[in-house]
Amino acid sequence: MTAPLLEARGLTKWYGDRLGCRDVSFDIREGEVLAIVGESGSGKSTLLSLLSGQLAPSAGTVAYRMRDGSIRDLVSLSEAERRFLFRTDWGFVHQDAAKGLRMGVSAGGNVGERLMAVGARHYGDIRAKAEDWLERVEIDIARIDEKPTAYSGGMRQRLQIARNLVTAPRLVFMDEPTGGLDVSVQARLLDLLKRLVADMGLAVIVVTHDLAVARLLSDRIMVMRRGRVIEAGLTDRVLDDPREAYTQLLVSSILQP
Amino acid sequence: MSKIDPILRVEDVAKRFVMHLRGGLTIPVVERVAFEVFAGECVVLGGPSGAGKSSLLKMVWGNYGVDRGRIAVATDREVVDVAAAEPRDILALRRSTMGYVSQFLRVVPRVATLDVVMEPALAQGLDRDTAQAKAEALLDRLNVPERLWSLPPATFSGGEQQRVNIARGLIADVRLLLLDEPTASLDAANRAAVVELIEAKKAAGTALLGIFHDTDVRERVATRIVDVTGFAAGRAAA
Amino acid sequence: MTAPIKRTEGYAFAYLDEQTKRMIRRAILKAVAIPGHQVPFAARDMPMPYGWGTGGIQVTAAILGPADVLKVIDQGADDTTNAVSIRAFFQKTAGVAVTTRTGEASVIQTRHRIPEEPLKAGQTLIYQVPIPEPLRFLEPRETETRVMHALADYGLMHVKLYEDIATHGHIAKTYAYPVKVEGRYLMDPSPIPKFDNPKMHMSPALQLFGAGREKRIYALPPFTRVESLDFEDHPFERTKFEAPCALCGATDAYLDEVVIDDRGGRMFVCSDTDHCETRRAEGRRGALLGDAPKENRP
Repeated sequence: MTAPLLEARGLTKWYGDRLGCRDVSFDIREGEVLAIVGESGSGKSTLLSLLSGQLAPSAGTVAYRMRDGSIRDLVSLSEAERRFLFRTDWGFVHQDAAKGLRMGVSAGGNVGERLMAVGARHYGDIRAKAEDWLERVEIDIARIDEKPTAYSGGMRQRLQIARNLVTAPRLVFMDEPTGGLDVSVQARLLDLLKRLVADMGLAVIVVTHDLAVARLLSDRIMVMRRGRVIEAGLTDRVLDDPREAYTQLLVSSILQP
Repeated sequence: MSKIDPILRVEDVAKRFVMHLRGGLTIPVVERVAFEVFAGECVVLGGPSGAGKSSLLKMVWGNYGVDRGRIAVATDREVVDVAAAEPRDILALRRSTMGYVSQFLRVVPRVATLDVVMEPALAQGLDRDTAQAKAEALLDRLNVPERLWSLPPATFSGGEQQRVNIARGLIADVRLLLLDEPTASLDAANRAAVVELIEAKKAAGTALLGIFHDTDVRERVATRIVDVTGFAAGRAAA
Repeated sequence: MTAPIKRTEGYAFAYLDEQTKRMIRRAILKAVAIPGHQVPFAARDMPMPYGWGTGGIQVTAAILGPADVLKVIDQGADDTTNAVSIRAFFQKTAGVAVTTRTGEASVIQTRHRIPEEPLKAGQTLIYQVPIPEPLRFLEPRETETRVMHALADYGLMHVKLYEDIATHGHIAKTYAYPVKVEGRYLMDPSPIPKFDNPKMHMSPALQLFGAGREKRIYALPPFTRVESLDFEDHPFERTKFEAPCALCGATDAYLDEVVIDDRGGRMFVCSDTDHCETRRAEGRRGALLGDAPKENRP
């Protein structure tokens, strides 16, 4: 059996005396969706930064299986290699679309950027790919030359997804991808994400405080509290039969419609 | 693997809920659970409501954790202990070997009925055309009107949703099928259709484990009944 | 050529002190060693405002020797205020010979043009640069643009060109058109018209770029590969002019539009005044001159 796509071992991060996260271990393979849940300050954002190599851990390792099959510790990657991963094999969907998009660049340019960054030099091809991806995320291609500032919140998130997936990445990080969206818009986005994940066999690590999002999107959950993973397992097992006191509290705090 | 090995073997399983938000109140569910289900038979869990039938089904499905014991499911290659397996292995088991028809349909909004039904078949690697033909035949058999197939089931009546749910649960060819009151909200004609589909599964060698409150249906499909009352947990509340 | 005059007493040769010139020469050497890479230098205050070519002047001052012959052009012309002032400045402070003839000059300082007459080995062209960073209007953070250069992470520049084609149907940039140097560094050629871009490629002359306010020097050593960015299906195209120069009839030179009356009359003439004058001295005539050959008359 091939190695996991990404494997975290004993990941720990201290900010001086303050704990970011401690002793987190897990692995993820292609086609798996892992949700990291917990309230603000639980360490999930720190963990996401460590996993995506944007923050160096105080202890522990993150091993990543590169496209050529070699296993690399993220800490040992050069900045150039890390950036290359970020524009080819990885995606990052931010809660705030303004962080994940170039707001001054047209939708087509936003989707095309990664292609151009890896050497695409044929305008017609780039544009055709951008159109294809706008269609896949259900954005009217007549709006390809508009800037994201003219888009609604839901469209911006879908554009962000298109921009990330255009290079067929294997691993996508998502930080509260549906945060701040209306409920109906959220449902559409989740449905879209679920379909793309299944079609492309993506590995996804999604950070969310919304357990409904975790249930719809993920196969597995890690519950974090005060920097530690206090419970992990199959998503429906953790949500329907929570073992830890804190998980029970989280689950019982959901408003049922 | 010999033919007489069971598809499902439950050994010495115990389960209790600990309610941390209520001062650690412990609610015992079952203990010393032991039974087997073989290919081609339909084992019905019996006993009054609250005896833990539904919980037991969920433990086999991996939806509820288990405090003790083994839940061994035989795939065509190996035996997987659901009680101890990694999430990844349980997911693989659900794709390849186990099916589950729950009381309620839970799907992502906006997905068309036909796609909802086809999904487990596609996940098993069936090609789209075959999967669609199978889904259409099942929906037809369960009297879901064709005009509804392209609509998302979220807006359907309870009975229609349940039939979509059954179609989804039965489409894939699995070795072990778990049924949690599939006929609860159906009329007589549809109940009869479900019974026929279950009989067909039995004939095809599927091992079935189910809960049927409807006495009539139960008597028609049950190969034998396992009374869950016998596994009632002691009163050892903390 | 105007012969050297006695330089004004009380100034160091070419105004800058020797320590400063040494510092600038070190920056130039480094820039030559890494073609297209922007080298920071401790730009001095010059006795003229930013935007008047303080970067180019410091580079000129650092490389000028008593035997040099200096030419200064502004948008191709030797006789505009900026060119005249800078030429006078070096005549006074360095006492060097000056010229308006491209072929005679050993050092040419320029604002926004490359002379039409091909440069030769041994000549040095010094560009005045307002904003040296080609990525600046796409990425405002200096820390980030430096990393982008270090990693040759230049997809963003093509995004800009993509946007041009999406909006205008073609790459609309007509000046300061970005180039790739030796297949490595992205470089802003200063606001020269894109018409001039091909002249930088494999030029036998040394080309130096000085940005005074931004305190950067970069260089193209002789025979450096300089490619204008483009797309395969939207290749770089040199600006073409519909009519020849109205004065000298040149068809292969960069032309300026000149309004000649208040009734909308206009003409196109060479931006490179030396080029135009030389051609006329050789007897070539454009449509506006009476004795123009028939094919050049309107």
